[in-house]
Amino acid sequence: MRKIDIKQQKFETPREKDLLRHLISTSLKYKLWIGLLIAINLVGMYAYYRQVRFGLIVTAMRDYTSWGIYISNFVFFVAISLVGSLFSSILKLNNNVWAKPLIRVSEIIAVSAIICAAVIIIIDMGRPDRFFYVITHFRIQSPIIWDVIIISTYLVISFLLLFISILPDIAVCRDRLTEIPNWKKRFYRITAINWSNHPKQAERLNKVSKIMGIAVLPVAFAIHTVTSWLFATTWRPGWNSTNLGPYFVSGAFMAGAAAIIFAMYIIRKELKLHAYITEDHFDKMGRLLVLLSLIYLYFNINEYLGPAFKMVGIEGDQLSELFTGQYAIMYWFVQIGGLILPLILLMFKVMRKPFPIFLISLSVVLGAWFKRYLIVIPSLQHTYVPIQQVDESYLHYIPTWEEWAITISSFASLLLLITILIKLFPVIPIKSEEHDSETIVEPNIK
Amino acid sequence: MENKNSKIDSRRKFLKNISSGGILAVAGLGLYSASSCKEKSEEKTTLLTTDGKLVQVSNSEIIKMEGMEHHPATPKEAREGIPGQKFVMVVDLAKCKNAKKCVESCDKHHNLTPDRPYIKVLEMKDNEKSAPYWMPKKCFHCDNPPCVKVCPVGATFKRTDGLVLIDNERCIGCRFCMAACPYSARVFNWGAPPNVDENLAYSPETSLPNKIGTVSKCDFCPDMLRKGKLPHCVPACPNGVIYFGNELDDTVTNGEETVRLSTLLKEKAGYRFMEELGTKPRVYYLPPVDRLFPFESDTKENVKS
Repeated sequence: MRKIDIKQQKFETPREKDLLRHLISTSLKYKLWIGLLIAINLVGMYAYYRQVRFGLIVTAMRDYTSWGIYISNFVFFVAISLVGSLFSSILKLNNNVWAKPLIRVSEIIAVSAIICAAVIIIIDMGRPDRFFYVITHFRIQSPIIWDVIIISTYLVISFLLLFISILPDIAVCRDRLTEIPNWKKRFYRITAINWSNHPKQAERLNKVSKIMGIAVLPVAFAIHTVTSWLFATTWRPGWNSTNLGPYFVSGAFMAGAAAIIFAMYIIRKELKLHAYITEDHFDKMGRLLVLLSLIYLYFNINEYLGPAFKMVGIEGDQLSELFTGQYAIMYWFVQIGGLILPLILLMFKVMRKPFPIFLISLSVVLGAWFKRYLIVIPSLQHTYVPIQQVDESYLHYIPTWEEWAITISSFASLLLLITILIKLFPVIPIKSEEHDSETIVEPNIK
Repeated sequence: MENKNSKIDSRRKFLKNISSGGILAVAGLGLYSASSCKEKSEEKTTLLTTDGKLVQVSNSEIIKMEGMEHHPATPKEAREGIPGQKFVMVVDLAKCKNAKKCVESCDKHHNLTPDRPYIKVLEMKDNEKSAPYWMPKKCFHCDNPPCVKVCPVGATFKRTDGLVLIDNERCIGCRFCMAACPYSARVFNWGAPPNVDENLAYSPETSLPNKIGTVSKCDFCPDMLRKGKLPHCVPACPNGVIYFGNELDDTVTNGEETVRLSTLLKEKAGYRFMEELGTKPRVYYLPPVDRLFPFESDTKENVKS
């Protein structure tokens, strides 16, 4: 598939060669992929141009369903971005050595997802031209301001985490890669910020990465908890719940882990990293996903059982709409396809092989997206005051092509960011042995 | 707004109220007629003089006072409430027959299209056995407003006179307030509003001109209140359903009769919609008992109104 012309390029070790070769050569497949993503983004931009020109009227949102798939997409991206902290904090601080090759993938996904979340929330605004009012006129008691603060904090921390982990490898790129264009050489020279692999530097970096690993944890929990408070601070059925914070966080970890498995599979296949991302990694990730699913299952039951047992008022109406009404198909797909089935299947070792677990994690990610649709939209359609005397279009919510185009292009942007970051930097740490105090276990090559 | 030109018996009630409450006379000082529907010259208006006497003056002799003309308040000015006022509304559900004149007049003055009015006359039914009734619903101008709490930029605000208003030049269009309002009182300018008068100076007190991409709602017509007049929906109602007034004076009027707020709420068992939410609405309802009209389901003709 990929023809690598690395005759002129000298590598010191096979590890370097394996991890750096995709930075030098660009395949046709890669170009087509980038072209496709850009094309999707262009369509999305045209849709957004229409939205700016004509207003949010081009969406299917109306006075009752006043938030739509932009907001559910925003919640989804925030959820996905949480996975960065899972790897660079929870697994790392617990000395899960096997997870080390996956840390950078998770950080790349985290940074990309949180950038997309920030963009999608601006797209949802009726007056994006007044975005800076949230800084110039901010009022601290609004949960939106908390969200703005915590998202920007998380963006900075996850960017730093990514940069810290990548820094020694940038130096490797700067020192070793000779057969690359000059702009790329300059790029590595600047971004390596004079990294010389001096023991003192390494020690300092190690310290910083530990501090950041601890610092990111409360911020990561806060980012999704605060996002849940955007909903939990209102009276809407399904939102008016004290369970929402942990529910969101546990769901996010599960969705994020599935996204990592998905990304692992693609990266392993496309970059031929079978020796570095092994079947053992998939097996371990599968076990981890089972654990995370169980936690999510617990909060999921806790979320629905109380109100479903009572089944009264608008809460009851909203739940019966989910269980047996117009959202039933989506609801049961989310619960069964996105949670129950993956949970059961992944208990079997054969399902934790790369390809089956890839399909399962795809189902989990899709379920996670539609779950956020179900969190946002049906709740808004069940109001204390009966919905009467409004235009027919106010009663339903079927996203318009503009909304889909923008949503799909937000996914395309996410993939584009991830692809570019992977193309610019080695996706698996080359230098980790040198700056890490703990000994890294060499990947078991099968 | 408590003095009124009027039918004989409503005047009698009015006078009765006057004699029963000294506060009312003080409150009436300096205010002139709130009449806005019957401006024929042969009609007379009852006015309160500074020494507390009631006099009848022919409408043709009433001259608009200099300086009483207000320019619409700028966004900055509109954040200050009208001094000495605490506005309150009482809606008598026993009198509402879903004529929708309040909606029409509101739509007209706020440049709204019929598909997204500020006021909705809702068909309500409390339980299976009880009879249906009509409930005109506007913004409740809560004293503990959930919408104001969640606004990230202070575009929606609570004033000293009790009103909750929106500065459409500040609103960023995040629609969090719409999600937060349990009464679905807020509407959004999803597209470019039709028939916008670009020459009009924007004021949060008129909510005009409507601005695309921002939230909007019933504002109790503070531009009218500043002129000592009633909100448009009050005189528009043919059945005197809506009472409006100042809680500090303990008076409300529906344009025909002026009554004491506390007496009205006490005698007719006034309540607030969904009291249990704790939002403390400034709109009270009187229960639909001893109705003036039989309940007629919404027909196509009056839906279109």
